[in-house]
Amino acid sequence: MYTEKVMEEITNPQNVGEIADADAVGEVGSPACGDIMRIYLKVEGDRITDARFRTFGCGAAIASSSMATRMIRGMSLAEAWAVSNADVVEALGALPLAKVHCSVLARDAIRAAINDCRTRRGLEPWEVRSSGCDGETGHGPGPENG
Amino acid sequence: MDHAATTFMKPEVLAAMAPYFSRYFGNPSSFYRFARESRKGVEEARGAVGAALGASTDEIFFTAGGSEADNWAIKGVALANRERGDHIITSAIEHHAVLHTCEWLEKQGFSVTYLPVDEFGRVDPGDVEDAITDKTILVSVMMANNEIGTVQPVAEIGKVAHDHGVLFHTDAVQAIGAVPIDVDAMGIDLLSLSGHKFYGPKGTGALYIRRGTRVENLVHGGGQERGRRAGTENVPGIVGLGRAIALATADIEGHNRRIAGMRDRLVRGVLDAIPDARANGHPTERLANNANFSFRYVEGESILLLLDARGICASTGSACSSGSSEPSHVLLAIGLSHEEAHGSLRLTLGDANTEEDVDHLLEVLPDVIGRLRQISPLTPISARMPEAD
Repeated sequence: MYTEKVMEEITNPQNVGEIADADAVGEVGSPACGDIMRIYLKVEGDRITDARFRTFGCGAAIASSSMATRMIRGMSLAEAWAVSNADVVEALGALPLAKVHCSVLARDAIRAAINDCRTRRGLEPWEVRSSGCDGETGHGPGPENG
Repeated sequence: MDHAATTFMKPEVLAAMAPYFSRYFGNPSSFYRFARESRKGVEEARGAVGAALGASTDEIFFTAGGSEADNWAIKGVALANRERGDHIITSAIEHHAVLHTCEWLEKQGFSVTYLPVDEFGRVDPGDVEDAITDKTILVSVMMANNEIGTVQPVAEIGKVAHDHGVLFHTDAVQAIGAVPIDVDAMGIDLLSLSGHKFYGPKGTGALYIRRGTRVENLVHGGGQERGRRAGTENVPGIVGLGRAIALATADIEGHNRRIAGMRDRLVRGVLDAIPDARANGHPTERLANNANFSFRYVEGESILLLLDARGICASTGSACSSGSSEPSHVLLAIGLSHEEAHGSLRLTLGDANTEEDVDHLLEVLPDVIGRLRQISPLTPISARMPEAD
C-alpha cells in the first residue's frame, strides 16, 4: 500500500530524537487517535537550524514526520509555516488516501512548533483555524515576514 | 504468520478441484448424464462437511463464504421467526459479518444485546441466560475469536439457549480443524464456516442448518441447494472445500499439538525478550495457532511494516486510517486501553510455518519493537536506548 520511497522513510527514518535545548516543541495527536507527533526545533534568528521528531503512529505518520523534518531544516520560520500537507505528500511521492491525514498531522506539528517558538519570544502565535486528527485545517494568514 | 487471515491451498485440494474446472463442467442441476459427475462432486463434499460437524448431509448448505453464511443464519432466523420475537443476543467480540448484520437488523426494528466478555475474551453463559427474554429468538456467539483466539464455552451457551427454546448460531470460521465440533453435543442449530481458513479455496463456505430450523432464504432465485440458496453451484470450489475440511479434521489433536508447541515457544520468547509487552486472550482456552500481543508505546501498523520488510507477514488490531481511528473492538472489549490496542500484533501459525520461522520472528521482533520505541514519544527514557546522532 506504500510506495518504495515511503517504505524507505519508514524503515530508515531521518532526524529521530529530541533536541535537548530546543527553541520550540510542537506536539499534535493523541494515543486514542493512534498518532502522536512531536517536533523539536532549533531556531537561530529566523532560521531553523535543526529539526527532530518523535512519533507514535502508523507508517505514514513516521514517514511524514521524517520527511517534514528534512524539508524544514534550513528554512525560515515563514517558509516552514508555508509547507502544506500536500508538499509533504509530494516529497514522499504519494500516500494512500486514507493516510493523507498523517501529512496534515506533520504540517500541524510544524506549525505548533513554530507557534511555540513565537510564544517563547513573546510574539503572537500565527493563526491556526482548526485542528484535529482527521480534519483538513485551513491555512493561517501569511506570516508577517521579517 | 497470518494463517487466521487466510491459508495457502493444499496441493491435494487443488488436485481434487482441477477436473471440475474443465472436464466435469456440467451444471449439477442439468438432467443429462454428463452433469452427474458435477452433482456427485458437490454431494461428496456435502458429506465431508456433514461428517466434520457431526451433522447429516442434508443439513449442509454451500455459500460463497463465511460472511454469507453469517448473514444468512442471522437474517434468516430473524425474518423467519419475527412473530415469535424480535430479540437477538450476540457478543461484543464477534466478527463484523455478525456485528454489522445485527446492526442492520436493529435498523429493521429488531433489538440486539451485545454481551460483554471478560479480560480473556470469554462470554459468560450466565450472562447469556440473564439476557434471554420471552422475545429472544437467537443467540449468536462465535466458536473462536479471530483476533485473540479465545475459544468460547459453546456447549454451555448452546445448552442455555436450548433450555429457553432459543436458537443458537455459532460462527466457526476460525475453529474448523482447530476445535473438534459436534453440533448435537454442542447444542448448535446453525454454524458458519469458510473454506479458505483451512487450506481450501477462497469464495467458498457453508452454513449448517439443523433439520426443522426455521430460516428465511437470503439468496433468491433458482432451486439449488434444495431450494434454500439460489445460484449455480461453485462446483470446483465446493469440491475443494470438501477435500480441505476432510484433511483439516482428520487429526485435529495432532495438528494442534504441533502448532501449539511452536506457538508456546514463540509467546515465551517474545515476552522474555521484549519488556512492556503482554499476551492477549485466554491462557488455555484458545486456538492452538494464535498469539496476540500488545506492545506499549508503539503502533501496530508500523510493526507490521517493519516485519514485512524482514519477510514476516502478520496482522494488527490497529486500524489507522481516515484520521481518528478506532482500534480493534475485540481488544477494547477485553479492557485494553486505546494505546495498548493500537500497539497490538497478531501472529497466527499454520502448516506453512516451521520452527525456523519462529526463530526468525524471535530474532527480528525485539529489534523492530526497539526501533519503533526509539522513535516513539511515549517510550519512557528508561526503556530507550542511548540516542545515536
